[in-house]
Amino acid sequence: MVIYGVALLAGCMLTGAFIGELIGELIGIDANVGGVGISMLLLIAIASKAQASGRLRPISQSGITFWSAIYIPVVVAMAASQNVVAAVRGGTAAVLAGVLAVVVSCALVPLLSRIGGEPPPPLPDISGEPGE
Amino acid sequence: MTEIFDLVARVMSRYGLVTAFAVVGITVWVSYQLSTRLTRGHLHGSAIAIMIGLLAAYLGGVFTGGGRGVADLEIFAGIGLMGGSMLRDFAIIATAFGVNTRELARAGASGVVSLFAGVFVSFAIGAAVAYSFGYTDAVSMTTIGGGAATYIVGPITGAAIGASSDVIALSIAAGLIKSMLVMAGTPFIAPFIGLNNPRSAMIYGGLMGTTSGVAGGLAATDERLVPYGAMTATFYTGLGALLGPSVIFVTIRAIMG
Repeated sequence: MVIYGVALLAGCMLTGAFIGELIGELIGIDANVGGVGISMLLLIAIASKAQASGRLRPISQSGITFWSAIYIPVVVAMAASQNVVAAVRGGTAAVLAGVLAVVVSCALVPLLSRIGGEPPPPLPDISGEPGE
Repeated sequence: MTEIFDLVARVMSRYGLVTAFAVVGITVWVSYQLSTRLTRGHLHGSAIAIMIGLLAAYLGGVFTGGGRGVADLEIFAGIGLMGGSMLRDFAIIATAFGVNTRELARAGASGVVSLFAGVFVSFAIGAAVAYSFGYTDAVSMTTIGGGAATYIVGPITGAAIGASSDVIALSIAAGLIKSMLVMAGTPFIAPFIGLNNPRSAMIYGGLMGTTSGVAGGLAATDERLVPYGAMTATFYTGLGALLGPSVIFVTIRAIMG
């Protein structure tokens, strides 16, 4: 059943969000610490086990892959509901702080990629529509 | 005639989320047409779609005076739900299905290093920019530094150490600029920084930290990289909110005397 996949995804998200809130509470900050990342790790662990044992049938998997494929449209909707006006009106100091933070962080990517040996090869080329 | 428009508008607002699916679907389709016809696929369709989204958000903000882009227009309110953090995070988590766990484990160490490097570097840059614009007190410098981390870290830090509201607003604006720049700029910078494999995506997510920016930017570059970048980026705001008002504030205060 498709809903099994969706429910598994939902369960991972709720559990991850709970753990993230708990960590935030424990270290005394009002933020969810890594909830999404924890949910992702949970999903990877549970789904790969369930797949291997054959309990997560392809039809149930499609409940997860649908949401994975709908990701780009969701991001487009997210872009369309950003507070772009406030960002633009922030003035020179805000623009400079934001831009410089991005530029310097970008410059660090090749540097840090060397940690743990040569960087892995690029992903193979694919072309086609999103979500396929 | 106006009655027909009223009726259409009423249907669109009543079925907000469904309207969002249709509108976003059309936008994505148009973007992929533009991508193949105008740029022969050089500029990714999703990159164009995200830029159209940001442009629409700007116009929506100017038109309504609100802070949620097109979602402040009643007929497009569903776009705010579709692109809100609940569905966004739900979809991000789903992308983890089928990631390469070996690659994830191997990139783990560099991911952690990049998180700390990203937080400290962003705070330092934001604080330096604040200083050069005349905000020479440690509270303002740390708050604006937090904004250079993410637009959530800025206000959390500012509230914790007692920054003034205009400084907090400035820090939010800095974070928004960063997020939008990452969203729209990642596909252009990617070839120059080797952003084409899971490990560099994890590092990129850890250094940038803005979940919305990284989520959008990697989607526009190569959507297979999304889970790796999102995985580290999601820890960044928590780390920044933890270090900002504590270690980093104390350090900046010590330097500034």
